Amino acid sequence: MAVTETPPQPAKVAGRTRISPLWPALAMPGIIWLLVFFLAPMYVVLAIVFGQVDPIFRTPVPVWNPLQWDPTQFTYVLSRIGPGGAYGPALIRTGVYVLIASVLCLLIAFPVAYYVARLSGRWAGILLAALIAPFWISYMMRMLAWVNLLQDDGWVNRIASMGGLFDVHVHWLTGQPVVVVLGLVYGYVPYMILPLYAGLDRLPQSTLEAARDLGANRAASFWRVTLPMCRPTIVAAVLLTCLPMLGDYFTSDMLSASPKTAMVGNLINDSVQSPGQTGQAGAFVMLVLLATVLPMFYYVRVTARADEVST
Amino acid sequence: MRGPVAWWNDPWRPPRVLVAVTVGYLVWSLLPVLIAVMFSFNDGKSRTTWQGFSFRWYWGDETRSVWHDATLHQALWQTLKLGVIATLITVPLGVIFAIGIDRWRGRLPSGANMLMLVSFVIPEVLLAVALLFAITSLALPIRLGTSAQVIGLITFQIAYPAVLVRARLATIGNQYEEAAMDLGASPMQALRRVTVPMLFPAIFASTVLVFADVIDNFVLVRYLSGNSSTEPVSVKIYNTARAAPTPALNALATLLLAAALLAVTVGYLVYRRMTRGDHTAGKGIAAFAGEA
Repeated sequence: MAVTETPPQPAKVAGRTRISPLWPALAMPGIIWLLVFFLAPMYVVLAIVFGQVDPIFRTPVPVWNPLQWDPTQFTYVLSRIGPGGAYGPALIRTGVYVLIASVLCLLIAFPVAYYVARLSGRWAGILLAALIAPFWISYMMRMLAWVNLLQDDGWVNRIASMGGLFDVHVHWLTGQPVVVVLGLVYGYVPYMILPLYAGLDRLPQSTLEAARDLGANRAASFWRVTLPMCRPTIVAAVLLTCLPMLGDYFTSDMLSASPKTAMVGNLINDSVQSPGQTGQAGAFVMLVLLATVLPMFYYVRVTARADEVST
Repeated sequence: MRGPVAWWNDPWRPPRVLVAVTVGYLVWSLLPVLIAVMFSFNDGKSRTTWQGFSFRWYWGDETRSVWHDATLHQALWQTLKLGVIATLITVPLGVIFAIGIDRWRGRLPSGANMLMLVSFVIPEVLLAVALLFAITSLALPIRLGTSAQVIGLITFQIAYPAVLVRARLATIGNQYEEAAMDLGASPMQALRRVTVPMLFPAIFASTVLVFADVIDNFVLVRYLSGNSSTEPVSVKIYNTARAAPTPALNALATLLLAAALLAVTVGYLVYRRMTRGDHTAGKGIAAFAGEA
């Protein structure tokens, strides 16, 4: 019996089906890297969030055993987030800013992406290069450019006063919500244009022409054909811009530096750097993760499905 | 003369509204940066009043120009150093990781793929804080500073080459590799002489993308910088933009911009040369922008 179980055949078939030890060997360095420098630090955050604080030095004392975890710091942050808590205003502000900024981003990005996707020929490449340019220009430099323009004696005030015609002395850089929202839009619009362009570029032109041929007018064909077809693209693009915006603190710091426009990111940044609040910062970060993890998985699923369709 | 209603109903009218929005957007997005670049050549101390052209803030000024102020050119040096080191490690690591998990079927590699995608979309501040906590509260042989920054950047960027290479692997399929093995090549030989050369455009594009992204990075490098001697340009701009800036800061930002543009332009030209006549590779600049 045992003799028939080991025929010499499998060696030949194996070339196709057997897993070569080469592939695990290639994947291992990356897997180990992600485990050590991505997954393990996340556990450290958990151990600190549910750990203790040294009573004298105010340094965090991580607790490694999940059975001994102490939720004090976590519930402390939760209680301050809740209605009437100290963090409430910043949370509401973040939600409002991100919402307005995302809508403005979409209103700018969609027409631009649509036009460039429809364009062909010599100009398309140049235009696309110009649209991608903000990617290579450092975010901080783009914010610096606006700091220059928005100074008290900057070009914005000067243009607004029309060369001394009006007397405009707006202090743009001290806690103006409008400036922070516009700064967010300015910073994140490129990140929305590119995914939108990628999606709109694949839109079948023939379907749109069919809609017009069958009697739909411009608005109707856009509303009933174009928009439904690119809904997954829009969702993905909005998520890609929204999620980083939720953790943004540097835009508000650069363009306003005032607690009047502090966002959740600013709270995290402040507590990371003050001693004794490390656990709170960790708890905060964990909550941001929880708030973003669901849309994130949705995005991964949508892109995974799009991959299945396109290949 | 046609009325405005007839103009609106004409199906062949040029898309004026779209053109206007696009041109308006381009001006709005690029003009402020161009003005900032212009003021880096200002002869005076102002960043709002033009006082003549000079290279004062690049090397003319004895104390505060980029060339003479150690904190400024150290920042530029740190940025370029991080860009080169992180890119040189990230790209090979990501590429072999992508090939490995693509060909190796099973639960473990698909879990690793998921982990990689999560590291791609996670808020950057979360990774930065996690690494900061891990390094400061554990007795690791890693110190805050360049090594911590490099580790953080690699972890954050590894998904870039991995995603691009996997997309390219899906396009080329494994028939070439199987043909090579049928003709007597070992898996290693097939990989080295067939697959990797075909992956070259994706590898190259991800190299440029990772480099451009690393020198633009702010959140990670700031948390993991340790002290001011390892602060790169982005952190320098953040720290001094609202304090006591001179046009030297604009000059520093302009130099970084020039470096990034040079890398991207050279990268694009080489990429176009590489993919000439190759219809399976993405077309033109759009594929190069990382939309896989």
